[in-house]
Amino acid sequence: MKHRAATAVLVLAALVSLPASAIAPGDPVRGEAIYARCQACHALGYDRTGPKHCGLFGRRAGGVPGFRYSPAMAQADVVWDANTLDRFLANPTGMMPGTAMGYAGIADRQERADLIAWLRQASASPIECPP
Amino acid sequence: MIVRINPFFALQDLGRRRFLAGTGATLSAAAVALMAGRPALAAGQGSKHDDLETDVRILNTALGAELEAIAAYAMGAGSGLLQKPVLDLAVQFQGHHKEHAAVLAKTIRKLGGTPVEAREHYQFPTDGLKTQNDVLGFAAGLERGAVSAYLGAVPLFRGRELASAAASILGDEAMHWAILRQALGQDPVPTAFMS
Ligand code: HEC
Repeated sequence: MKHRAATAVLVLAALVSLPASAIAPGDPVRGEAIYARCQACHALGYDRTGPKHCGLFGRRAGGVPGFRYSPAMAQADVVWDANTLDRFLANPTGMMPGTAMGYAGIADRQERADLIAWLRQASASPIECPP
Repeated sequence: MIVRINPFFALQDLGRRRFLAGTGATLSAAAVALMAGRPALAAGQGSKHDDLETDVRILNTALGAELEAIAAYAMGAGSGLLQKPVLDLAVQFQGHHKEHAAVLAKTIRKLGGTPVEAREHYQFPTDGLKTQNDVLGFAAGLERGAVSAYLGAVPLFRGRELASAAASILGDEAMHWAILRQALGQDPVPTAFMS
């Protein structure tokens, strides 16, 4: 009996703490390593197959002047911040059907949080992104 | 003995079938279905067309990255920083990327799309490339990224034969990455899984 009650408490505790403990604040050091996955197509400071990431936060989707976006991205009514990036990076073609970023996404929430934490710093870095 | 394979063999036939079903033939079939008052049928044909568009889009993004890789290796090989035997590796890997690009472009055409062309000018972080190891490290980063890019494309293809062909390219990029790391004196295969 006692044992079962203890188990129940444990299970309950696990359930209650799940949302809070499932994800730690993003770690930019891990995020930088995760950005290696993006480097077939992106750089911070210049356009490649994908647009540059300098100045990403607060910018409209499809907002790098001169980059040839897909109509889907160019017409998307989205401003990039931690929330919109989290949704996009989880499933780019799901959030934005028709995007040219043919990439399945990052399923792990913690990895996304880490990557976004790094992107927030790096995309505003005065060295990588001189004004 | 190394036998040269054609990872896109399965496409030679399927591509043609999907192409016929996906473009001109689709439109007329859809039109016929509409005229016959069967919009569900017409919509079904439309989604086949969407599948083709999706696959062509993914292939074209991959082709764009391959064309950049070809230019990157040309820059590396022409930098004067690479010594033999590393220089030979760079030229060989560039040749593989040329083969990838050729087969991607051919497949895109077969599916009824228009392949992207190489840009006249590519930007590379040349300021940071002063030694052989800088160039190798830069190339390793591109190859590592290419593995992730194909890995991210595989589950998105509507045509399974395209997913398998992309995985075949992925294997080649992963070997490039390992060899470049080896040449840099790093652990060539640092993890059991790629992401
Ligand atoms: C296969 C190439 C490829 C890979 C890999 C890739 N991207 Fe992209 N990305 C693109 C392309 C192409 C676009 C432009 C999409 C469009 O126009 O629909 C894009 C667009 C974006 C945008 C929107 C930018 C803007 O200016 O609106 C963000 C953010 C982004 N990518 C982040 C990432 C991150 C982070 C990764 C790594 C996890 C990544 N991408 C991996 C090709 C890629």
